[in-house]
Formats: sequence, structure tokens, C-alpha cells
Amino acid sequence: MAHYVAPKQGKASQLIDVIVLVVLTLGALFVPLKLGLAGAAKAVETPVTDPTWEALGQTPVQAAQYEALGYTPASAHDLILARFDYSFSVGALVAMVAIIVLYYVLVLRFSDVEYREVISEKFGK
Amino acid sequence: MSDVDITSKTMDGMGPHGTKVGLLRVLGPAHVWALGVGIVLVGEYMGWNFAVGKGGAYAALIACWFAGILYTCVAMIDSEVTSTVASAGGQYTQAKHIIGPLMAFNVGLYLVFAYTMLEAANAITAGYLFSVVATMSGHEAALDQQPFIILVIMFLAWLNYRGVLATLTFNLVITAIAFVAILVLFVSTSGILGGGIMQHAALFEGHEMPYGWIGVLASMHFGLWYYLGIEGTTQAAEEVRSPARALPFGTLAGIMTLLIAATLTWYICTGVLPYEFLGDGVNGSVAPLFDTARLSGSMGLVWLLGFGTLFATLASANGCINDASRAWFAMGRDKYLPGWFGAVHPKYRTPYRSIVFLVPIALIFALKAPLDQVITFSILSGLLGYTFMPLNIIMFRKKWPLNSIKRGYEHPFHPLPAVTLLALCAITFFAVFLGYGTQLVAMIGFYIVVSLWFHFWRYRFVNRGAQFTMPWPKPKGY
Repeated sequence: MAHYVAPKQGKASQLIDVIVLVVLTLGALFVPLKLGLAGAAKAVETPVTDPTWEALGQTPVQAAQYEALGYTPASAHDLILARFDYSFSVGALVAMVAIIVLYYVLVLRFSDVEYREVISEKFGK
Repeated sequence: MSDVDITSKTMDGMGPHGTKVGLLRVLGPAHVWALGVGIVLVGEYMGWNFAVGKGGAYAALIACWFAGILYTCVAMIDSEVTSTVASAGGQYTQAKHIIGPLMAFNVGLYLVFAYTMLEAANAITAGYLFSVVATMSGHEAALDQQPFIILVIMFLAWLNYRGVLATLTFNLVITAIAFVAILVLFVSTSGILGGGIMQHAALFEGHEMPYGWIGVLASMHFGLWYYLGIEGTTQAAEEVRSPARALPFGTLAGIMTLLIAATLTWYICTGVLPYEFLGDGVNGSVAPLFDTARLSGSMGLVWLLGFGTLFATLASANGCINDASRAWFAMGRDKYLPGWFGAVHPKYRTPYRSIVFLVPIALIFALKAPLDQVITFSILSGLLGYTFMPLNIIMFRKKWPLNSIKRGYEHPFHPLPAVTLLALCAITFFAVFLGYGTQLVAMIGFYIVVSLWFHFWRYRFVNRGAQFTMPWPKPKGY
């Protein structure tokens, strides 16, 4: 294989590359947060009015530990009753699996093309 | 067989690229242990307890042990590959030599994001700790945590800038103190020394499996946090005196240390703290071992675990800066990123530009994102990296069978660890999907876009054959 000579990259072009990467990174991580799509939020489905430790489902031992931590039934209400919702749709699960598989297939295929060039130049045919 | 022997006592490693000014080879096995455990031990001091919230105390224990199996596979696989690839960048450099440039670029980014997000999480915890100490010391108004977060990141970046030996020696000392603090808390509260305060049965009553088995699956997401970062030992490959010996020894000793620390941590905290409080790391227990010490009634333990938590966060952030900068540096040196990042400081011999560049990135996340989201970003990047590892070792054994190059360590039962690791990664992807599916899809979308950007634009600046720097024979099948 002919020896590939990489072009020299100018400083402005290097700077643009860094900016592109940083913007993509911040976008991928912050956009779901800013759009309120981050998920994993817990919710209290059935609030208890005038809560007591018993009404919150706490035994005397558990209640004693909460009190030692400085909580009252009222201040511990949301902490104790908030629950995750693990329901999901099969369609969403299939879509996630497809995206992950597509990603690895894409990376492995392109990598293989690039790797063959590297080996060919390094070791010859 | 290659004429360069990495297991040689007279030639311990190799200088990639033949550069005259390289990174300093000054580290031993203890530093490798300190780098791995130092990054991870903070996972016992904060963050793991989200697993309790996801599925209850038993679910967190099951996740702890299954994640332990996952990381044992990671450590075994990593030890074999890295004992032959003695170059900065760790898994990035492995991917470059074994799978190909685009995979390497992705792995490099996984490493940078996993460690930078972990660094941000550590700084958040350190800021919280300062505010608690201020309250305990009689400070009445709420303490602004942001200056402490900034100070922690800036100080550790400066330490990293000045030199790797001082950085990791500092890590060795504070990691050892943080580990001993867990042992002291265990013997002091479990009844081994004096009266015990453990009440597992009474605290679990009525909350054994609050979400059933789906909660156990969901717990795997944060189960990774007990050990996330142990694979970072490979980042020091170019700076250890004897990589073939020190890297496997330090990595495997590290995972054994962490398995003990994780199990003890679960036992101590679930025996003292109610599960809803323990499981909420944002509004409840930010630092569970510290909270357990608070309920022990011993001010000595409170101070010890306070310092333990602080030291664990500092050690972790310190190691993360070290590892993220090495991965960024290695990509810059290969022109996967602008070559400007590939510079070594002429006096301190550290990748100083990469260290400085990543400081504001860490600060943005430490100051602007909630702790569980920052941890999730870190876990997701780590998880993508662990999924790459089975592919990596299978291809490594195929392209360079056991007797074709000399290895410092050969992991047993191949391909069982690789298959196990892949299966556990699939389970963890599902666990992440259960709560943080949007972030998962957003992150994969990001990696797809940057992969296309790399393949069709950035790769033109990369020399082809020069990327392959290991003195290995031609891979089989090419």
C-alpha cells in the first residue's frame, strides 16, 4: 500500500474540531436534562395527610432511626413514600436494543476498514 | 515471536513513537493499586446507595456481587491485554492495536467521560461534606458549596500538572486511610469491638424487596458504582517501571480490595440506616458511611469517616484527572484529536495541556448537574467501555494466539470471562433503560454522530501505519 501522508492541520481547524466535540458533548448530556427527559424521577402516588410513622409503614425501630437522623413523619413523608415507576413498553426496549446494536456494528465495520489500512501500511501485503 | 519482550527485567516496556521526551517511568505496583482503588473507593463512600433506592437492600447486595463478577472479568481481561500494551491511554491503546482506529476513538471518549464525570461527582460530594462539617461546627446559614467544588478540582489539577509520582503517592496515602476507616467502622459497629448497633432484620422488615425482582435488575445500574474505575490502572502503563508485573498485580489486588470494601460497606450501612433514607443519595444519604458514623454515637468515628469520605473523594478525583488526561493526551498524540493536546511538559513530564483543558469540562458538570445524573453519565460511558472489552479480548486471542507474543499475564478460562462480561453488560443496559433510557439513547446518539465525524473528517489527519506502535508480529488473518 502507498504510504499515506496525513495533511497538516491548521490551528484554526484544530480549534474548530475541539469546539465541535465540546458542543456535541455538552448537548448530549445537558439537552435531556434541560428538556425534562432525564427520567428516573420518583413520585408519591398516594400521599398521607397528617402522617405518622405507622401510616408511613415504619416499625418502631425504623422510626427511631429516622428520628435519630433528625426527621419527623412530616419531613420524611416524601422521602419514604416516593417510588420509581418501572413500567416500560416493549417497543421502547426493542428500539434501545436496535440503537445499541446499530452503534456497535457501525463502529466495528468502519474500524475494520481503517484497521486493514493500518496493518497493510505497517506490515505490507 | 516478537524480539521485544515486555516481561524482560532489563527492558520493562517500550517507548511508543520513539519520543525523546516521554512520560516518566517512576511508578510501582503499590501506585497502580492506589490508582485503581483510589478512583473507586469513593464508590463505597457515596453513590452505591442509589442501588438500595432502586430495589431495596437485598437488591443492592445482589447487584454488589454481580457487579463484582462483572469487574472481576474486567480486571482479568484487562490484566492480560495491558500486560502486553504498555502505553498511555489504556483501553484506548488496546483498541487501536486490536480492533481499529474508530473503536479506539470511541473507547478514548468513554474513558474521558467516565473519569471526568466521576471527578465531577467527587467534587460535588466534597462540597457537600464541607457544608456538613460547617453545620456541625456551628455555622448557621447554609454554606455555599460551589467555591469548595471549584477549589477541589483546581487543586487536584494543579497537583497532576506538577508530576505523576507526587500525585499517586498522595493517592496511596489517602486511599489507605479511607480504606482503614471502613474497616474501623466495621469492627466498631458490628459488635466485634464493644456493643454492635446492627439491626438488619428490624430495618429490613416490610421492605425486603420493595419492587420485587425487577428492582434487583434495576439495582445493577448503580451496582457498577461499587467498582467503577478499577480499569483505570491501565492508564499508568507508560509510567510504571515494570508494566508486565506491576499492572496485573496492582489491578487484581485492587479488585480484591474493592470486593471486601463493597461488601463491608453494604453490611454496615444497611444495618444502621433505614432503606428509603439510604437509597436516596440526593435528598437522603449523600454520604452513607459518614451518616452511619453519625448514628454510632462516637464523635471519633464521625471525624474518622468524615476524613475518610473527604480523602476518598480527593483520591478519586485525583485519579480521574490522571486517567482522563492520559486518555485525552494519547488521542492527541495520535492526532485523533488536535495534536496540540499531545504535548508533554518539558519540566514536569506530564500531559499538562490535556490536564488543563479538562478542568472546565469537569467544573461545568460539577456545578450544573445533579449528582445522580452525573453518576449515570459516568456509568453509561463505563458500561460502553465494558461492552467493548469482551470483543477486544476475543479478537486479541484470535489475532495473536497465546504463543505468538509474550504476555505478562494470561487470564484463565477464556472465553468464559468474556461471555460472562458481555451477559452482565446486557443486563446492566436493561437496568439503565429502566430509569434513564433517554440518557442512554442520547449518549449512544452522541457516539454515533462523533463516530461519523471521526471516520469522514477527523481521520484524514491521522497517519496510518504509524498508529501501530507495539512491536508485535502481523496479526493473524490480515
